[in-house]
Amino acid sequence: MNGIWDVIKIIIPGAIAYTMPILMGALGGLYSERSGVTNLCIEGLMLFGCFASAATIVKLQALGMNYTLTIVCGICVAMLASMALSYLHALASIKLKADQTISGTAINMLSTALSLFLAQTITGSGNITIVRGIIRNNIPILSKIPVVGPLFFSQTYWTTWLCLIVWGVSYFLLYKTNFGLRLRACGEHPSAVASAGVNVHKMRYIGVLLSGMLSGLGGAVILVTYAGEYNSGAGINGLGFLAIAALIFGQWKPLGILGSTAFFGLFMTIANTGRVIPGIASIPTGFLGLFPYLATLIALILSSKKSRAPLASGQPF
Amino acid sequence: MTKESTKVIKEPLKVKKVPSFLVSITAVILGVIAGSILILIIGKNPIVGFERLLFGAFSNKRRIGNTLSMSTQLILMGLSFSFAYKTGLFNIGGSGQMLMGGIVSTILGHYLPSSMPKPVYIMIVVIGAVLIGGLWGLIAGFLKAKFNVHEVVSSIMLNWIAYWLVYDFIPRFVKDQAIAVKSKPLDFSRTLGLEWLRKATGMSTLNLGFLFAIIACVVIWFILEKTTLGYNLKAVGANKYCAEYAGIKIQRSIMISMAIAGALAGLAGLTYYCGYSNLMEMGKMPNEGFDGIAVALLGNCSPIGVFFAAIFFGALKMGKGSLAATGIPTELADTIIATIIYFTATSVIIASFWNKIYKKRYEKKKAKLEGEEKK
Repeated sequence: MNGIWDVIKIIIPGAIAYTMPILMGALGGLYSERSGVTNLCIEGLMLFGCFASAATIVKLQALGMNYTLTIVCGICVAMLASMALSYLHALASIKLKADQTISGTAINMLSTALSLFLAQTITGSGNITIVRGIIRNNIPILSKIPVVGPLFFSQTYWTTWLCLIVWGVSYFLLYKTNFGLRLRACGEHPSAVASAGVNVHKMRYIGVLLSGMLSGLGGAVILVTYAGEYNSGAGINGLGFLAIAALIFGQWKPLGILGSTAFFGLFMTIANTGRVIPGIASIPTGFLGLFPYLATLIALILSSKKSRAPLASGQPF
Repeated sequence: MTKESTKVIKEPLKVKKVPSFLVSITAVILGVIAGSILILIIGKNPIVGFERLLFGAFSNKRRIGNTLSMSTQLILMGLSFSFAYKTGLFNIGGSGQMLMGGIVSTILGHYLPSSMPKPVYIMIVVIGAVLIGGLWGLIAGFLKAKFNVHEVVSSIMLNWIAYWLVYDFIPRFVKDQAIAVKSKPLDFSRTLGLEWLRKATGMSTLNLGFLFAIIACVVIWFILEKTTLGYNLKAVGANKYCAEYAGIKIQRSIMISMAIAGALAGLAGLTYYCGYSNLMEMGKMPNEGFDGIAVALLGNCSPIGVFFAAIFFGALKMGKGSLAATGIPTELADTIIATIIYFTATSVIIASFWNKIYKKRYEKKKAKLEGEEKK
């Protein structure tokens, strides 16, 4: 019994750490797709955020800046950089009426190549490693609660709470405000929204730029929490595409994607920490590695029959 | 006077529509300009950079051979993407299909008896690579047809599943005792390399795969243009509901299209891992999946366009190795490719730009003719 509790104590905080970047990516996708722009470039945007924050943190640290401050700056720069990159996608898919899937793919390729190009120019190698990530903290009082305390409130990254706040604000924004109603309507019946006097293009620009910003945040969170380095070879291991899968699995709804990303986070953690878990330590690394992706595929098979994307997603207006 | 008017009737003026290759070339030029700006930003000379790129790709027999050998995979991956795209499917799973083709042919290469005559051996590995690649594509097609799972997401998941399967299979079946993260190198006689071809091109990696790629171009062109199957698939891509109304089985078309696309990518895996290279690395997702999309889009998804686009990108990828001496990061080549694709995605704008020019020219001509007539 004690053994299982120890395993759970390893897995749950790990799963939360893995969930947050995917959640941010998926939330970004949500803004974009709900406004009517298919966004396949979450992966590229997250990667670019990861790179931008790594470069910023390393450069600022060399100047001798306070450690926490460099991380905050890194995250802000990542959000701005990814937003700038997402502007290219917005421009292509909204103004230039390009095929959004192709434009997204181009942004992915551009992000991979450009970040590596810049990394080599800045640091001379394809990898940027930061000295250390965020220090984990216990939340006062709450971490003393039995069971819940050690699982959710001990040894947490402050970015986790930031991400959860962003999620909460997004929920409110999308469902309780005029702005949210308009944004969602742009993804369903843009012409109806336009006839009500709302600028559809503007709403879509906002949707895509927000998705860039949040994906950038997600990428930076990957760096400052568990990854600790920008690695051009591995990239972000397809987390951005997992985020898109989570978006579909979560039925394009904030609550749904919170659940689906938690599901992926849990499976990713089991795959990554499989070595220390008694029952599954004997499974070869390769099979553990493919487990989250297989689980995603199965989850998609079970949920896709009734899945319904925003009606106008992918259609230029 | 009468002579003039008959001439006008003989050649009625029409507004010309821009041919697709002109759009592609415009995208290439814009990409090169963007690349030049990038080189200028880091304070280097773009002309030197592009000169080195050309030098690296074409300066001698061996380099030309290597460029063609690099293009082989790109041709096949480009064909793979184009074929699915014609049916309205976005096959982003090329990397996974390629990995599966590669691992199966690598395993076959190590386990088939070395006494086997080469033609028989090559036939077996080709069939193996094509079948497994086709299966990998078919899974995505099946999930799309039966369960409405979007092929982009499912094939990305299949990419990673293939990635981890290869990660497991290399140490399990073809482990190299010396380097733990690579497979045992295949003997030259077990690759697609041909001794005389290697000698003729100054020990380049050019291999039989290039011939396969050309054959594949012809076969795919034939299927798409000359067979009922190709017509049906294109009809599904053009308008699903119309095709269904005409009695074409949509679900079957989707599965067939993805299977053929996967088979082409599997073949690319064979030419890459048992021709261009002779081993596989653990934990490496091949870039060719995305490069293939680039090739297909630049080549306007036609087999002949794909062929030339692949040679172009192959030259960029091969030539970038010579960039190092100039201090320009070699990723310049990939950045240019990505930019070109971005501009290809916005081809509507490029096309309308050219169409406007054509229209202006037409109006000028018309005004001139009318003026002459008045005289």
